[in-house]
Formats: sequence, structure tokens, C-alpha cells
Amino acid sequence: MSKYLLNKFLFTVDRDPALVERYRDDPAGTVTWWESTLANTILNCTTGESSTWQRFDDEERAALTAHDYPALFALGAHPFLTLTLFIAMFERDHAEPLGFQKQYALRLQHFDLPYPDIAT
Amino acid sequence: MAQVVAVIASTHHPFYYKASTATGADRPPFADEWVAKILRFRETLTRARPDVLVMVGSDHFHQLWLDNMPQFLVGKAPFYDANWYNEEREFGLPRMLLRGQEDLSAHVLRQGLDAGFDLAFSNELRIDHSITCPIITLRPEADLPIVPIYTNIFAPPLPQPKRFVQLGRTIRELVESWPSDLRVAVVGTGHLSLELGGPRQFGPHGPDPEFDRRAVDWIANGDLEGCLSEVTLDSLHAPGNATHGFMDFMLMMGVAGDGIKADYVDTYDLFHTMEAYFTWYPNGAGSAPEGVQA
Repeated sequence: MSKYLLNKFLFTVDRDPALVERYRDDPAGTVTWWESTLANTILNCTTGESSTWQRFDDEERAALTAHDYPALFALGAHPFLTLTLFIAMFERDHAEPLGFQKQYALRLQHFDLPYPDIAT
Repeated sequence: MAQVVAVIASTHHPFYYKASTATGADRPPFADEWVAKILRFRETLTRARPDVLVMVGSDHFHQLWLDNMPQFLVGKAPFYDANWYNEEREFGLPRMLLRGQEDLSAHVLRQGLDAGFDLAFSNELRIDHSITCPIITLRPEADLPIVPIYTNIFAPPLPQPKRFVQLGRTIRELVESWPSDLRVAVVGTGHLSLELGGPRQFGPHGPDPEFDRRAVDWIANGDLEGCLSEVTLDSLHAPGNATHGFMDFMLMMGVAGDGIKADYVDTYDLFHTMEAYFTWYPNGAGSAPEGVQA
């Protein structure tokens, strides 16, 4: 289990406009591609040095593939990263201001304190 | 030596820019009162006639990332580009460019290290809305050089609340020991109760109005003893999952001083979160009636 790698996926997708659209339109393909090409990239290394050991477990891969943000919350992904990326992908589908954000809160209503630990 | 002419603590609400500039049907009903409050708050900085701004904020996973995460970081650069693609996307924030005050950055780093804070530094820092929001609200001309100081309120493990207070006290001492005749304002932003990405987000008020009421009392009265006796890293989960940003308010209470009441206090109860604005005038600087000082 790697909260760090979940966060790394959310972080790298969120900051790339093309990747935001690609993940919205093709979550399964984007997650597979990202894990095979970018998961081991060290973000401030530009000359090919990389890690060798980063991979999702099945539960993490499934949550990302399903756009399942309650599952990401349960897994301890950083809530700010998840929220920011999912607003970018899905706020546009809601006519009412903050409609997506309110739906997001409703879908997390079954969580009580203490919330899942987000420490990495 | 340099003089601390104002200490300002504020929430940083990224929606203010869009709300305050919207017109017609796009302008939200709360915008006019919000703008009026901000204009009054802005005057508290203007009348202190600062030359330099020390800006305390927290990067929201923009440049600082989990592969290399500092707890406290001081920018030392001649310029700071500002705001990021995802802030433009979600909040409509403009790209900005701010000048740096490198001499003061160097002084804070050297003397801060010697005072017991192992500060990280950055010579190329693109700052985010935790610092640009107060520029937009308090100094929209963006004409003063800054020293950005980032704290980690975001990615656990976090420093203890008392460490934020200690850093605030140290920042005050460091600025006042800077061999310069410039007038320095220390401006820091944080949050009251706040939930982001959790079940209590985006409600009609902040997630914990009772915490907000107590927090405003602590800050307005400079009640660090009461605040430190109740606030812990664990306790801050209860008011909302992003409430650790309150520790930046505690840092600013450290800058202002133990038991020092704020000279200006205002709040605004918005959807989602309580806005809160505080100004202290150390040594009475800037506290003259409006219009007395040029």
C-alpha cells in the first residue's frame, strides 16, 4: 500500500491540463499508462534517474480506475489533492455553483472522526 | 534597526478575487459586503506605510512535494513568480510577479539558523495563493518586495503548534535585529475551522463555528497561553480536516506577542469557512487616525 504513490498520481495529473482531460475521459487507460511510465519518475530528476519499486496495489489501482473518490479518501490519499483534481474533472458537469463539491461531501457522509490517516 | 510597523493575520480565501471582480449576474450576493470589509482591512496595512512585507503562508502541493518536504522554508530570490495553473483553473487567480528583499531573506536565514531553527531555503520559488491572496486583498499594487516564509501545515508529520509560535516570536526578533531603516510588515495567512475533501466541506458555514469563535477570541486577545493549552496536532482534526492551517495564525500570534490584543479585528461568516482579519501595530506604529499619515 502506498499513499505516497496515490498522491503522486493525483499530483502529477492535476498539474497537467492534458492529463486532467485524459484521466477524465479514459481513467483505466490513463492509470495503466501512468503506472508503467511515470510512477517511478523522481520528479526533480530530468536525466533518467528513477526509482525501481513504485507500484499500486490492486485496491489503489481500482479506486483510481473507478474515479472512486470515497475509496481514495478511505485509502488515505491526501484529501486536498483528490478534491482539487476531481473538481477539475467534474465540476463542469454540474449546473449549480458548488454542486459537485456538495455532492462530493454527501458521498463521504459515512465517514466519522477519526478520518483515515493521511500521513505518508 | 528595522521596525515592525504592522503584524497582520488573515484567512486566505482563494474565491475572493473572482467574487470581488465579478459583475452582473455572476457577482455573488455576499461580494459587496466582503469587498467593503477587505477595503477596511487593507487600510490597516496602508496606514502603516510598510517598505517590505514578510509573507507567511503554506504551499499547497505546488512546488513543495512529498519527495522533499521542508517544515519551514524561507525564500531568498530577487523575484517570485506567483500562482499556478490549477489556481488559475479553479479560482481564476492571475499570474503575478513579486520582487524579493534578498537582504532580509539572508538575515532571516542566517540568524534563524543560529537561533535554533533549521530553516530550509529556496532560491527559485513560485509562490501560491497562501501568499498572493493577502497581496490581492491588502496590497493589490503588488509593489513591495517580499520575504516569503512557508510552513508545513499540510503534509504530516507536522511540527507541533508550539513550534509555530516559537518561530513567530523568532521572526519578530529577526526582523527587529535587521540592520536597516526600512519599515517591515509581517503578514501571515491561515485558516480557522476548515474541511477540504471531506464530508463536512462546503457547508453553509465553517465546519465548526464554536471553534471559530474561540479561535477569534484567542487571536484577538493574543491569548497564546489559552490557545496552546487546548490546541494540539490531534485536536485540530476535530474542527475540520484542513484546520491545521490554524497553526499559521498561532505563528502570527507569536509575531504579535504574548497577551497583545489586536488593534483591528473583523470576521465574515461565509459559506464553507469563517473569514477573519487581524492587525496589530507594535509600538503604536500606524495607529494614528486615518488621514494623519501620508
